[in-house]
Amino acid sequence: MSTISSRCAACKYLRRRCPPDCIFSPYFPSNDPQRFACVHRIYGASNVGKMIQQTPTQMRAQVADSLYFESRCRIQDPVYGCVGIISLLHLQIHNAESELAKVKAQIAFLNSDANREPSFRPQLEGASNVNNLWSAQSSVEQHQIGSSTTHGPLAFM
Amino acid sequence: MRAMRMKQAMKGHEPRSSSSCAACKLLKRKCTSTCIFAPYFRSDEPKKFAKVHKVFGASNVSKILVEVPEEQREDTVNSLAYEAEARLRDPVYGCIGAIALLQRKMLELQHDLAIARARLARYTVPAVSTSSPSVLMDENVGMVSFYDMPCCSGVNESFGQSSSQLTQVQPMNDFGQFPYIF
Repeated sequence: MSTISSRCAACKYLRRRCPPDCIFSPYFPSNDPQRFACVHRIYGASNVGKMIQQTPTQMRAQVADSLYFESRCRIQDPVYGCVGIISLLHLQIHNAESELAKVKAQIAFLNSDANREPSFRPQLEGASNVNNLWSAQSSVEQHQIGSSTTHGPLAFM
Repeated sequence: MRAMRMKQAMKGHEPRSSSSCAACKLLKRKCTSTCIFAPYFRSDEPKKFAKVHKVFGASNVSKILVEVPEEQREDTVNSLAYEAEARLRDPVYGCIGAIALLQRKMLELQHDLAIARARLARYTVPAVSTSSPSVLMDENVGMVSFYDMPCCSGVNESFGQSSSQLTQVQPMNDFGQFPYIF
C-alpha cells in the first residue's frame, strides 16, 4: 500500500514524505487541507512547527487551533486580523458598562426617592423625564464614542 | 598614533548606513530607500520587529504588507506587533486568550445588566419602557455578534460551538481546557 495516501495535510502541501513522528500530522489531518494552507500562509511551516514543538504535547492541539483561527482572521482582514475582534469587544464592553452604570444610577435615584417619601411612587411623567434625561445623555455619549473610534480599531492599544 | 589606530579599529564596527531600519539591522542587510519595513520599524524600536519576525517571519510580514494599501500599512504593522506580543506572552492561545477573557467579561456584564434592568422594572410603571431590551440591540452602538464577522464564518464548527452559546456561560466546552467560549 502506498504511503503517499497517509500523508498529513502539511506534508502534502509541502510535498514531502510524512514521517511517523511528523509534528504536524496530529493537528493537520489530510481531510482538511485548507487548515494548514491558512497557517502556512501567515506563519510559515517552520514557525508553526517551532511553536508546536515548544509546547507540551497535551496543549499542542490548542496551539494549532488558535494559530488556525488567527491566520483565518488575518486572511479575512489583512490589516487588523483578530485584533479587530478584540477592538470590537472592547467597544461592546465599554458600552455595556456605560449602560449598566446608567441603569444603576436610575435605580439609586428611584431608590432614594422611595426612601425619602415612602408613600411616593414614581409617576408616569416622572419616570419618563428620567428616561428622557438618560436618552439625551446616551446620545451625547454615543457621539463621543463615535468620535474616538475615528482613530481606528487600534485605539484601545 | 595610538588614537589613529583606535579610530581605524572602531571604523569597522560602525554601521555602513546609520539609517538602517530595525528590520534590516536584525536581518543584517542593507536598508535601501525602497525597504518595505523601514517606515514602520524604526531603528529605535528593535524589539518590535524582533517579536514580529519571531512569530511571523520577515518574509511573511513583507507579503502581508505588500497586499495592503500603503495608507493602511502602519495599522497592519501595529496589529501584527500586537498579535506577536500576545503569542509570545501566551504561546498556546495567543490573542485567542485575550478574546476569551473579553467575551467572558461581556457575558458577565450582560448578566449584571439583565439583573439591574429587572430591578429597575420594579420601580417603574410597567407601561414605561426604560431603554432598549438589550444593549446588543442598541442601534446606535452597531453591535456585531461574533459569528457575523466574516473571519468567523465556519470557525465555530471547528470549535464545536453554536452561535446561540455566545451568550451562555458554559463551564467547559468540547475542547477541554480551551478557555474561550464561541
